[in-house]
Amino acid sequence: MTQAQTVRVAALQGDEAVAEAVRQCDVDVVAAYPITPQTIIVEKLAEFVADGRFSGEFVPVESEHSAMSACIGAAATGARVFTATSSQGLALMHEMLYNAAGMRFPIVMAVANRALSAPLVLNADHGDMMGSRDCGWIQFYAENVEEIYDRTIQLFKLSEDPRVMLPSTINFEGFILSHDKERVRLLDDEPIRRFLGRPKPKHRIDPDDPLTFGAIATPDTYYEFRMQQTEAMKNALHVFDEVEMEFESFSGRRYGAVDAYNTDDADVVMVINGSAGGTMRAAARALNAAGEKVGVLAIKLYRPFPTEQIVSNLAHARAVITMDRSLSPGAPSGPISEDVKSALQLAGLAKPVLSVVYGIGGRDLSTDDGKNIFGMAKEGSACGASTVMYGVKV
Amino acid sequence: MSWKQLEEGAVVKGGTSASYIVSGWRVKKPVINEAKCTNCLICWIYCPEPAIVRHEGGKVTIDYDHCKGCGICETECPPKAITMVREP
Repeated sequence: MTQAQTVRVAALQGDEAVAEAVRQCDVDVVAAYPITPQTIIVEKLAEFVADGRFSGEFVPVESEHSAMSACIGAAATGARVFTATSSQGLALMHEMLYNAAGMRFPIVMAVANRALSAPLVLNADHGDMMGSRDCGWIQFYAENVEEIYDRTIQLFKLSEDPRVMLPSTINFEGFILSHDKERVRLLDDEPIRRFLGRPKPKHRIDPDDPLTFGAIATPDTYYEFRMQQTEAMKNALHVFDEVEMEFESFSGRRYGAVDAYNTDDADVVMVINGSAGGTMRAAARALNAAGEKVGVLAIKLYRPFPTEQIVSNLAHARAVITMDRSLSPGAPSGPISEDVKSALQLAGLAKPVLSVVYGIGGRDLSTDDGKNIFGMAKEGSACGASTVMYGVKV
Repeated sequence: MSWKQLEEGAVVKGGTSASYIVSGWRVKKPVINEAKCTNCLICWIYCPEPAIVRHEGGKVTIDYDHCKGCGICETECPPKAITMVREP
């Protein structure tokens, strides 16, 4: 164990923190297209190149579809590759996301989450990433700027592990985190580079030994290739623990796949992801002080889904609240709610679940809102009924 | 074959098009009128398969084993020296 070494404390926006991490991670190729609220990442990286502080290849492509395509091409050469996007940009990448995962390229992407048009919207919800939820990428959600910074570094290590070899995303809400300036304890370049090493892909493009990546599969083999991706996702859950442990050894920081607050002692546990986790913990703390037994379980790692940890943290609760910052029109409830209910069902735990949708299109969620939602679950009447569209104007 | 035996990422040896005979895909075949051909090699550039064979001195012929009959050569040929002909 080396001593935790904090080099400098900086006030950074979420986007700036990503760019700084990418610069430090010795990335070879960045292919990206600017889109609000992710643009600062791309601008910062371009600035680093102009200032001679970043020696990677910066490719200013003409669209997000091209961005992901260029990343895939670069990754095929064995390069360490990064990109960033939001909302419509992620949607435009959609088909290439599956290609990156299918060819098993460890590309890292930052997604400053933003709702989707129409109507035209710039503010946050998780609808963009949830729309590409099943693309085969590892998916993290961050709660603060330092976590965004740390995760960006960890993702290269996790994605490039031979047991994983899957692309990964760090998600953080647009403006709320992408543009919010927070205190970040930046790490030194050297321990980050020692931690990461260099990518060692099994195959890479070589003109002297031509290879086809993602060759055609038939009904006889396609299922098996997808099975490999599914197994790699499972491996990622365990490799993630190793990555976090090693990261902690030089940074002193560790987050886990979930963050559990007072889940052992709570009658009602709220499951949430993203920036509102902290707000809901503040609400729970205030309710705890008033004698209410409530807890908060923040999901940090969403794919692969840490089913066992989620179930064990909900085992003692009498009721569960699920919080979805995305809409799935026509579905019984939002994606997080369905995952949690499915996990409980698999574990044989029958519990009342209050499914809540909140924060759509950047709608704020306050600590008072959190107290209200805990109150709804306590009354019990709303549990099991249709999804609560919290905060919608009626 | 078990999923454990397949090469991850479906990586296979590349540059293998020449080893497959695809003549069965064809409905019409390109025929070169040598009197009109200027040996400009536009067909050789545009052909998506290894079906236009370039010989010493610039003369081109068609390798019908690798021609799928797409007709791009007929469309692109500047002196209109290539004609797609229905095969029996």
